[in-house]
Formats: sequence, C-alpha cells, structure tokens
Amino acid sequence: MSELFLIAHIAGRGVAIETQQIDSVVDITEVVAVPGAEASVRGLVALRSRVVTVIDTGRALGIESTPDSARRAVITRIDGHHYAILVDSLEDVASFERLPLSAGLALDRGWGAAGTGLVERDGEPMLVIDLARLIPVAALAA
Amino acid sequence: MDDLLQEFIAETRETLDALSGEIVAWEADPTDRSRLDSIFRFVHTVKGSCGFLDLPRLARLSHAAEDVLAAVRDGNRVPDTALVNAVLGVVDRIGEIVEAIEAGASLDDSSEDLLIAALAEDASPIAPAQVTSVQRATSRSVRLNVDLLDRMMSGMSEMVLARNDLARRLRDTSLDPRVEAALERLSLTVAEMRDTVTRTRMQKIEALFSALPRMVRDTAAELGKAVTLTIDGADVELDREMIELMRDPLVHIIRNAIDHGIETPGERKRAGKRESGRLIVSARQSGNQILIEIADDGAGIDTARLVAKARERSLLTDAEVAALSESQRTDLIFHAGLSTRDAVTAISGRGVGMDVVRANIEQIGGRVVLSNQRGKGLTIVIHVPLTLSIISTIVVGVGGQRFAIARQAVDEIVTLRGESVRIDMVGDAPVATVRGRRLPLVMLGQLLDIAGSRPEPATLAIVASRDGDYALAVDEVLDTEELVVKPAAPAVMATGVYAGQTLPDSGLPMLLLDGAGIAAVAGLRFHRVAATEVEAEVEQEVRQQALLFDDLDGQRRVLALAVIDRVEPVPADAIRMTAGRLRLAIGDSIIPLHTVAPIGDLAEVPVLRLTDGEVEIAYAIAEPIEIVTLPAEIAPAAAGSGAIAGVIVIGGEQVELVDAHALFADEQAPAPVQPICLLQGDGSGWMETFLKPALEASGYRCVSRVPAGETATVALAMEGTGAALPGVPMLRLRREPGARIGDGSIYRYDRAALIAALAIQTGRAA
Repeated sequence: MSELFLIAHIAGRGVAIETQQIDSVVDITEVVAVPGAEASVRGLVALRSRVVTVIDTGRALGIESTPDSARRAVITRIDGHHYAILVDSLEDVASFERLPLSAGLALDRGWGAAGTGLVERDGEPMLVIDLARLIPVAALAA
Repeated sequence: MDDLLQEFIAETRETLDALSGEIVAWEADPTDRSRLDSIFRFVHTVKGSCGFLDLPRLARLSHAAEDVLAAVRDGNRVPDTALVNAVLGVVDRIGEIVEAIEAGASLDDSSEDLLIAALAEDASPIAPAQVTSVQRATSRSVRLNVDLLDRMMSGMSEMVLARNDLARRLRDTSLDPRVEAALERLSLTVAEMRDTVTRTRMQKIEALFSALPRMVRDTAAELGKAVTLTIDGADVELDREMIELMRDPLVHIIRNAIDHGIETPGERKRAGKRESGRLIVSARQSGNQILIEIADDGAGIDTARLVAKARERSLLTDAEVAALSESQRTDLIFHAGLSTRDAVTAISGRGVGMDVVRANIEQIGGRVVLSNQRGKGLTIVIHVPLTLSIISTIVVGVGGQRFAIARQAVDEIVTLRGESVRIDMVGDAPVATVRGRRLPLVMLGQLLDIAGSRPEPATLAIVASRDGDYALAVDEVLDTEELVVKPAAPAVMATGVYAGQTLPDSGLPMLLLDGAGIAAVAGLRFHRVAATEVEAEVEQEVRQQALLFDDLDGQRRVLALAVIDRVEPVPADAIRMTAGRLRLAIGDSIIPLHTVAPIGDLAEVPVLRLTDGEVEIAYAIAEPIEIVTLPAEIAPAAAGSGAIAGVIVIGGEQVELVDAHALFADEQAPAPVQPICLLQGDGSGWMETFLKPALEASGYRCVSRVPAGETATVALAMEGTGAALPGVPMLRLRREPGARIGDGSIYRYDRAALIAALAIQTGRAA
C-alpha cells in the first residue's frame, strides 16, 4: 500500500515525511528566542495569528544546529500545539511504498529515534521520519 | 435579574432540544440508566435555577419530577409506561412554561396538579397533554457557537497583522496625505473592531458573581441561617464559555455550602463560632490557571458518614474502605448518589450536585480540589485553565528580548536611580533593600542567560509570588498591555519560568513570565508566613464601593454603590411636581424623586435609581464621575445637614457621603398595617369617588366588600343605608351640615371629625 510523502532535506540528507503529519509548509519570519528552553527549541514565531514553536531540526537530531538562514519549515500539530520543523529545502510530494528499516542498519544519534522506515525513490533509499519524535518533551513521552 | 432569566430560558430551551432525543430513547427503554440520569439532571438543574429566579410553578413541577426520578434511581420505583408518560408530561410542561415566560404570555395552570398527581405510584395513566401553542418571542440576543467567535478572533488578529504590514510598507515610500488619512482611519477601525471582537469572548467573572449575594441571601433565609458573603476578585476576566460552564457548578457548590456546611445560628453558637456563617468566594489568577475558591466556616464534610453510606449502598467493600486516605474519603462526595444528607430539601441533598459539578468542570479541562476540616469548614478550589483568558500585563525588556508579567503579580516597579533602593551582596546572593524592606534579588538576564542584558540591575519589579515577594531585575519597563495568553508548547513550559505565550500588537510572539516559577528556578526559599497575612487581607475586603458624582447644587458627593440599582438619563419632562413632591414617571410606574437643587432647563437629567430591595426612589444628579472605594475614615456630619452621613476625602478633596438611610426613611409608606375600612355607599358612588382617596391618603385600606379571610376594622355608611356587621364599629355619615345631637353621625365633608372618629374606632388615635 503506498502513501503520500513529502521529500525534504534535513542536515544535508533526503528524508520522507508522511503528508498526514503536515499542516502546511511555510517560510518563517522573525524568530523570538525562548531563553532557558533546551537547544532544540529555536524560538517562537507568529504564523497566521498563532504562536508556533520553531524546532531546530539539526539539534533535535543531535547533530549540528540548523543554520539561522534556514527559513523554510514544515508545520505540524502535536497535542494541540503547532510546531515549525526547520528544513534545508523541500522537493515535492509523491506516493511511495513504505518499507521497514533495513536489518542491521545502524542509525546514528537522533536519526535512530526519529526514523520509522524507508522509502525508495529511483533506487535511492530515504529515511521516513516521524515529526512527533523531533519534538522535545513529546519525544520523551513517546 | 432579566439577564439571568433570559439566560435561564435560553439554556433550558437548549437543554430541552438536546434532551428530546434522550426522552424518546428513555421511553423506548425505561431501564436505561444513563438516559434516566440525563433527564434527572435536567429537572434538577431547572429546580436549582428556579429557586433563585423565583419561578414557583416551575420549581413545583421540577421538584415533583425529581422526587419520582430519584425514587427510580434508588430502585424504589419501577419505570413503567405510566411513570414515563407522567415524567414526559412534566418535561413538556416545563418547556411550555419557559416559552410562555419568554413570550410574556400567561399559561393556564389548571392541568399542573393533574400532571403532578399522575406522578404518584397509584395514579391512573394520563392522556397525553394537549399541546398549547405559544408564540416564541423574537429574541433580542443571538447565541453563537464559540467556534465562530474563535474564527472571528483569529481573522481579526490576521487583519491586525495585515494592517501592520501595510503601514510598514507605506512608511518606506513618500506618502500621499490622503493615503495616510485612509490608513489612519483603517487603523482606528481595526483597533476598535479588535476590542469588540475580543470582548465577545471575554467576560469579567463578575457576570458569574453578581447573582451570588441575592442567591446566598435567599437560600440562607429559606433555611433559617445567617450567612455573610465576601466576594473577591470579581474583575478577573474569563472566557465567556467558561463562565457559562462555571455557573451551574458554582451555584451547586454554594447552595451545598449553605445547606450542608454552615450550621444554624444555634448550632454555631454552641460550637463557639460566630452566629453568622462566613462564605468567601474569590477568583484569582495563578500561573496559567484561574482559581475560584469557595470557602465556608461551617461543619465540613462528615467523612465517616460518607463512608458508612458508601458501605450501605455497597459501593465499596470493607477492604477498600480501609485503604482510603482521608482525602479520598472526602472525595467520595463526588460519587453519584451519595450525600451526607438524609432528608431531601428543595435546596440540595440528593448527592447529585457534586458529581455534576465535577463532570462540568472536568469538561472544560479544570479540576476540583477539596480541603475539608471537620468542624471548621470546607474549602473548594476550582482550577480552570487560563486558555484564552485576557490578562493585564506589564511588558519588560531584557537585552533584546521582551517578556510580559501579569500585572497582578507585580506589586510595584522601582528604578535604581532613587536613594530608596540599594543592592548588596549577602554571601553570593544579591539582596535589594527597597524602603527598608529586604528582598531577594533575581537578575532575569542572568537567570535566563540573555545576551546583551545589563550586568548591573537598572529597574526592579517587586514580584509577589505564592510563597513570598522578591525583586526581579530587568533592563527596562516598556509598556502595559492587555493580552490573550495561551499555553505554550510543553518544551517551552518545561523551563518552568513561563506561564504561557501571547501574540501582542507588534506581531511578534511574547512569553508571559511565571513569577512563582522564576522564584523556584532561581532557588529562592521563603518562610511560610502566609497564613496570618491572608486573614488580614480578607478583613480588608469589606471596604464599601461608592459612586462619586456631581450633584445638582454643584457639590461633589458619593453614595454607596450597593443601594444604586442603576444610573440612567431620563427626559426632564418625565419629572413633575405632583401631589406635593417631585416624582419621576418611568413607564407605567411613578417613583419619588429626590433632588438637592432645582433641575433647571436641561432636556435630560441623569438619575440614580436607588433601591433597598423593596422601595425604589430616584435621585437626580448633574453628572456621575466614577466608582471609588470608601476610605475607612468618615468625618460625621454636623446636625441638621440633611441627608448627608458625613465627609470623606477622595483624591485630596472633601466629598459628602449621602445618607442612604435618611433618603429611604423619608420615603417609607406611612403605616405598614393598614386598617380595613368597609364602605357601605348608597349607590351614588360618592364614597368611592370622594371619600376613598381621602381615607387612603390617611392610611386606611378602603373596600366595598370585605375580602375573604379578613375582617374590617371599621365600617362607614351613609345615613339610611348599610347593615351593621357583628363586631365591627360603624360610623354613619349625614348629608347636611350642622350639629345633630344623639345619633353620633358625622357631616360627610367634616374631614377632621371623620378622620378623628376613624382613628378612635381603629385605635390609631395618638
């Protein structure tokens, strides 16, 4: 059974995100910092008169911080709160067959926690990531 | 009262609409417990509301239906078709009466006894009631779905952002003054709209509290108890929907407190308490919640009785009972069908209240916490989320960052330029001394590690947290703003220093600081001294509020707010000098008007409508100014200064305090008991036309036939007519003047002699 996925680039890697998890795709503007919050919370941003929490995806995955220049984000809603997940770039939406993670695949750091499967685009495997697992606290609860 | 009635009608109508499905389902399956419960709750709620809206017919019907349904719930009656039909008949009738109240139509009440009789166990089945058609009145209000208001609100914010964006872009170009003017107008309209739209969702909790004094008074009077109510924090604003949802639970809790909690004056005296029970209802904001506290100093919950009842009904096993903690025992009060009361009263005592209360509150994401002290009272705290509540905040800047702090939490703002503030280091902890008061100091910039914040404190906000006060150093205080605060994402709340997030006019998100959270994160330790302070605070709250106004003679005066029903402008031609005094015509009624100086040739005069609950009088003024709190000190008035109780100082000015008591004392009806005077005319109507008004002005009640159950004190007859009544003295009037000895008759126009003779006969001669 094939599902719709959005192909994005995070920390230089291609990933697939289930379109069901995505509210919208936006370019964010000025981010207001949240002092005291953990590093993966980049800050807050106003979006259509809502306050959205911006997630530094690089930090959330335990790799280097997503650069400040990154403006494109995927909006998702988890437990009643909206989050903007920063991405390097976006490609398009296509239908793929979800495959299980290959046996013996040793995913590093946050990739291991966020990855839930694989899709194959023109022979190139891409990690399917679950946005909910990128959210701090929510990730702890999961 | 009208508002409450409207609300009751709208609510009952809505519940009835929703209930119609349940009723049909219950009819199909009378054993269905959950349907039974919802119908039971409906009649219970109607009964509760009727109690304080004074709707005896509805109260009687709902009470009767509730009795039967309670019997079914307890398993004492079997819901057969006859019973179901009878209950449905009553529910339909409630609907009809509500429609009739709304339409202002009268509804024949002849069949109600039949409906109630049909509820009895041995009643013969009734024929389905014929449907009386009552026209639904056109409603002056529209009930809207809150979702719609939400959408309106978010559309509004979007509009503000668009306006800001437009203004920013236009500023970069050289601007045509006409465009500028148009933009200005747009900004004004948008700002106004925003206020309005915001208000549609927000209401002061006062809307909920304003009905309480009356309700407490009536309930207490009904039960023969004395209760003093103190209300605090009525200006906290809460989402309208939440206020509506809180209404029933609050009413239930307060009625319970008076009925079960507070003892009778006699019992209280024996227990060594003041005869008048104390009920404190307060609202306050704490972090991201609104807390509504209802505290009484009554007997508390008898947990042993509760547990025994639970055992009796086999709700709990002995082992379970043994495992219960004291607070779990107290919580048994929330169990459906459990009550410490054995006798059922019209007020409460079916144990239905508290389970409904909890269900309603949990539905809006709140919780109920009980703190029970056997013999000393019960405190119920309702926590409801702050979501969408508007709070008044102070915006502070630290480094490049802005934060909001709830104004409620900030005692004062002090700058360090003055001499009155000094900062010292005690060990490695900074301490601020503000006018001799030593407070721990928290540097917000350092606590949150904000780049670019000043290393030296510049401005201090004195923050009052639950545990104690401290000084919070910020770089600058920027503004005050009314903000809609929503909970932030868990990752943000996890820091412990924020109470929520908000989107102010700037279009940039802002965080609301949590005063208590900051103290905790900064590691401040406070000693518990709260208990005595709280007591003192409560005592202070009894200060009276009063309306400050300019009187007609140019003097500035105040009058206690409690006696003012409303302030309204009336056309000057509604005021006339009639029958020896000034009177004001309002609709069909005439009320006496008090003035201190001539009204002059104004077209409209503002009047204060005053009431002591029974008598209404009006007081014409020049202009209302504002509501003030009366100071404790009042200089008494010199003798002979009229309706003035004393002089107080407001804003450095001497202001006269109007003596409400004197105003009403002047207006009281002459005699509370009016002797009945039976007029036995000769058929010419002279007595009714000439004599009756004169006698009624002297305090008699004139009748031409003695009403059933009453006796005449004196009878008056024209000579040649009238039969003497046994035991009633009779005075005869004659048509000709001049003395006539022997028959004791009085000339009919000899007013003085007539009044004197009546006074002697009725024992009113002084």
